[in-house]
Amino acid sequence: MVEFLNFTLEGLSAGMIYAAIGLSLVLIWRGTRVLNYAQGAMAMFTSYLALLVINATGNYWLGFAVALASGLVIGAVVERVVIRQVTGKPPLNAVIVSIGLLIGIEGLAGLLFGSNNRSFPPAYSINGLSIGSVALGITWNDVFTAVAVLAAAGVFAVVFRYTTVGLRLRATAFSPAVARLLGVRVGRMLTLGWALAGLLGALAGMLVTPSTFLSPNSMDVIFVLGFTAAVIGGLESPAGAVAGGLILGVVLSYAGGYLNSQVVNLFGLAALLLVLMLRPNGLFSSAPARRV
Amino acid sequence: MDRDSLEISGLTVRFESLTALDDVSLTAAQHAVTGIIGPNGAGKTTLLNAICGFVRPDKGQILFRGNDLTRVRPDRLAGLGIARTLQSVGLFRGLSVAENVMVGATPLAKAGFWSALAGLPRSDADEARLRMIALEALDRVGAVDLADRMPETLAHGSRKRVALARALAGLPRLLLLDEPASGLPEDELPELGELITSIAQDADVLVIEHRMDLMMSVCDHIFVLDFGVLIAQGSPAQVQADPLVTEAYLGVLHE
Repeated sequence: MVEFLNFTLEGLSAGMIYAAIGLSLVLIWRGTRVLNYAQGAMAMFTSYLALLVINATGNYWLGFAVALASGLVIGAVVERVVIRQVTGKPPLNAVIVSIGLLIGIEGLAGLLFGSNNRSFPPAYSINGLSIGSVALGITWNDVFTAVAVLAAAGVFAVVFRYTTVGLRLRATAFSPAVARLLGVRVGRMLTLGWALAGLLGALAGMLVTPSTFLSPNSMDVIFVLGFTAAVIGGLESPAGAVAGGLILGVVLSYAGGYLNSQVVNLFGLAALLLVLMLRPNGLFSSAPARRV
Repeated sequence: MDRDSLEISGLTVRFESLTALDDVSLTAAQHAVTGIIGPNGAGKTTLLNAICGFVRPDKGQILFRGNDLTRVRPDRLAGLGIARTLQSVGLFRGLSVAENVMVGATPLAKAGFWSALAGLPRSDADEARLRMIALEALDRVGAVDLADRMPETLAHGSRKRVALARALAGLPRLLLLDEPASGLPEDELPELGELITSIAQDADVLVIEHRMDLMMSVCDHIFVLDFGVLIAQGSPAQVQADPLVTEAYLGVLHE
């Protein structure tokens, strides 16, 4: 029973990371109809920048702030400089460009920071929590991870639902041509969407890297699992991406715990394939299938 | 004072080998309802698209109260006081009716881009104000009771009203209506006519429409397009009596 509880808690904790990556992919998909394969690489890069600052100043939170700020800036710059060139072109162009970005960013990180694994400091203690004499499978850092992701998702929900900028972001996502006709500066909204997604990705990078080490490829698997979370949620729905991340986290945790820790990534990929084959619009959708 | 609202001169639009508009010149007066009629494929929608910057003209000039629209970007129109409804209605599916109309009030938003993002309280006040404006616009088209519905649950006629409210919400000086009567039942036309006439008290109106009965009752001046060429113009009575117009319409009917 305690074992089951611990696997569940560990799964929810890991699921928070997938949820954050999934949410950032949904933001970009809704705004620009681009699946950003470089989202994980961008988060890897901002984590390196944070590590530089933490090592230089000894201040974790300064590094944390630098990661989020650079995520915001990198997201905006990537949209303006690269993605803007392929909007309105065939979807394959955007796919190729974002894969190119992935390779480019990982190569650049290898050049600048080297390709060896670096350990990365957590925000809070990674010693297991316990209730009385019962050891729990989570740490204060896991609690922080959950709080940070849920808070970010909550702030995003409020901005989208209750502000005029949020209204314009949603209008742009549903129909850029009509929004433009109504005076919405669509280009700005797309840049803002990418910037916010970059910030969320950077947050996910800061939260997950203490448990994976940092290397130019360290976010690849996390990206695939975050993408799976977004697909489970239907790629359109922010709430779906969060739910998808948590479901995926828990399922993978049971697989690793009860079967074999070697099969976890295999299970993640199998989940992605199954959802794409059986429910391409996500588990929560009743709409007809989308062409991917 | 009856000055010109829209002045179009020598407008030519070509799509590859097809000439959609051929040297079209027309003027629309301020605070009047100007109609453009013509059979399918006459170039009516192309003309609206050129005014909105969706289509780049090959030749000619479009002026709105002295502003050159010939190379204008579509997102600048609302700021110049120009609103347009679409033949396809084009409501945002994921937004409520009130939110749809609020997007139309974007030109009236006070909180700038950055302050809206950073200063939530000020943005809150702005949001409340835009909601009021949206409800007033909905009230004007008789759809205020639909405010909290989602567009996909509405009948076609109601959607058209909401789209009209969305265009009115920005308090435009020039309103472009693309087939406002299409898909509406006969008995809703008189009400639509009255609404268009009342809108013309505050704004200049340019209407494109097939339904002759509606056009005859609301328009102050009508231009007739056929195969991209302006073939007639005048008061509704003059246009109706013009043999060229009858021929253009009958010619299509006989095909």
